[in-house]
Amino acid sequence: MEIDPFIFRLSIFILSIFVGYYVVWSVTPSLHTPLMSVTNAISSVIIVGAIIASLSGNTENIFDTANIFGYLAIILAAVNIFGGFLVTQRMLAMYKKKKKDK
Amino acid sequence: MSANLLAIFYLISGVLFILALRGLSSPETSRQGNLLGIIGMAIAIGVTILSVGNFSIGFIYLIIFLLIGGSIGAFIAFKIPMTAMPELVAGFHSLVGLAAVFVAISAFLKPDIFNLGFPGNIKIASLIEMSLGASIGAITFTGSIIAFLKLRGIMSGAPITFVGQHYLNLLLGLILIGLVFYLCKTQSETLFWTLIIVSFLVGILLIIPIGGADMPVVISMLNSYSGWAAAGIGFTLENTALIITGALVGSSGAILSYIMCKGMNRSFFNVILGGWGATDETSKTTSKEQKPVKNGNADDAAFLMKNASSVIIVPGYGMAVAQAQHALKEMVDALKKNGVKVSYAIHPVAGRMPGHMNVLLAEANVPYDEVFELEHINNDFANCDVAYVIGANDVTNPIAKTDPQSPIYGMPILDVEKSKSVLFVKRSLSPGYAGIDNDLFYRENTLMLFADAKKMTEEITKNL
Repeated sequence: MEIDPFIFRLSIFILSIFVGYYVVWSVTPSLHTPLMSVTNAISSVIIVGAIIASLSGNTENIFDTANIFGYLAIILAAVNIFGGFLVTQRMLAMYKKKKKDK
Repeated sequence: MSANLLAIFYLISGVLFILALRGLSSPETSRQGNLLGIIGMAIAIGVTILSVGNFSIGFIYLIIFLLIGGSIGAFIAFKIPMTAMPELVAGFHSLVGLAAVFVAISAFLKPDIFNLGFPGNIKIASLIEMSLGASIGAITFTGSIIAFLKLRGIMSGAPITFVGQHYLNLLLGLILIGLVFYLCKTQSETLFWTLIIVSFLVGILLIIPIGGADMPVVISMLNSYSGWAAAGIGFTLENTALIITGALVGSSGAILSYIMCKGMNRSFFNVILGGWGATDETSKTTSKEQKPVKNGNADDAAFLMKNASSVIIVPGYGMAVAQAQHALKEMVDALKKNGVKVSYAIHPVAGRMPGHMNVLLAEANVPYDEVFELEHINNDFANCDVAYVIGANDVTNPIAKTDPQSPIYGMPILDVEKSKSVLFVKRSLSPGYAGIDNDLFYRENTLMLFADAKKMTEEITKNL
């Protein structure tokens, strides 16, 4: 008897929810805003779908409807990826410890 | 590239994303965590491009669009003021949602390139997954737009409610389920578009009844939705990186919503089904009698704080509105020169998003080890000489501990009233978001400082 690959993906999904649960509880509350911006950036990994959508298909007509939606999704996801990671970096750079000499 | 190798790379990016979140457990490791996240993203994008292996003219366009989006994102990231963080995050959520919708549309129109079958004959499982992804994505999109407009002040923060709202939402929810069912039966393109349009509508209706100060819950909830949408698409595309990320983001947002609800002592459904102060609560406040308050000026405040040995600062949304964080830091520096011990107390729902106050204080160069969460500092109020409340109100209201009739009864409160004296910087005596009067204003040991938070803080600094 063979297991449907869907079951494998479902297992990954369920286990990842648990990983997420424990990892996020360990995030310190003062970093909750960077947490939101970084989760934002990583959820834009949806761009992989957009890349496949825009690059695949016949090469003569690269602007049929499916490709156009792919390209649009690429722009949106790219805004998020760059914006999300960079703004997180900018925020995290501000968190400083007390200086000893003061 | 073989499918197995590709899957391994996606798994690696998934793991790197987990590590990115893990890094946020402390500010020291967080920057490294963010870097791992970036590497994970680069791997995912890189291997996807290689796996398609199409470097024709389409690839050029891909790079161009990637750069266009990337430079817009980078520009926003560097230009955005820290006080605008909540609306930025809401805006970003809307983009993830819309991107999910677009990818789902592509997959529906050209299922063959994703190995999902052929147009008009898509695998049922894939069809369900992509409808879920598209629908949740669409709800995230319009919901985030509304949240963005409310946070930005373009739309009033007041809850918008009408008769039969909940029934309408329920009806639309049932329609969505029906649409997915018939979509699977008929594979009709019209039904797919209808599904997306109805979902857009649901997103709007879901967020308009929620008031401004409940935005921390809304933002976290939309964060969670964007994750589930990504996971739905991940199942459609059979992509591990997307499934892992979706699950991570989904549970992250859910936990944040939970923390925010707990910070207000309200159930999630109570928040979602409409705001406080929307109907009955407002009528109570209009009948309040005039009670005497002690009115002070910057001079009095400076005198009190200079002679204190310890001061606790309680910032709230008002500090963000007045952009008073830098002025506050200067005041604190002046106090420290006078030998006063200063710490900051942050309520979980202070501000408009989780961690909002912490970011603003960090921006003003306040060391994070001087900033404390409610449970770590609440006992210190009893030993503190002055509590300086700047732009916060409801989160300090002692009525939450005493009056079971009050809408905020049971909400965890910063025990500001236990300190020897309380300085309240506020523009007027108007009640806070919950629409209830704050008993603290009329207490013997409270001094009201009626002014703009920033101006008052600057004046106090001058008098120190």
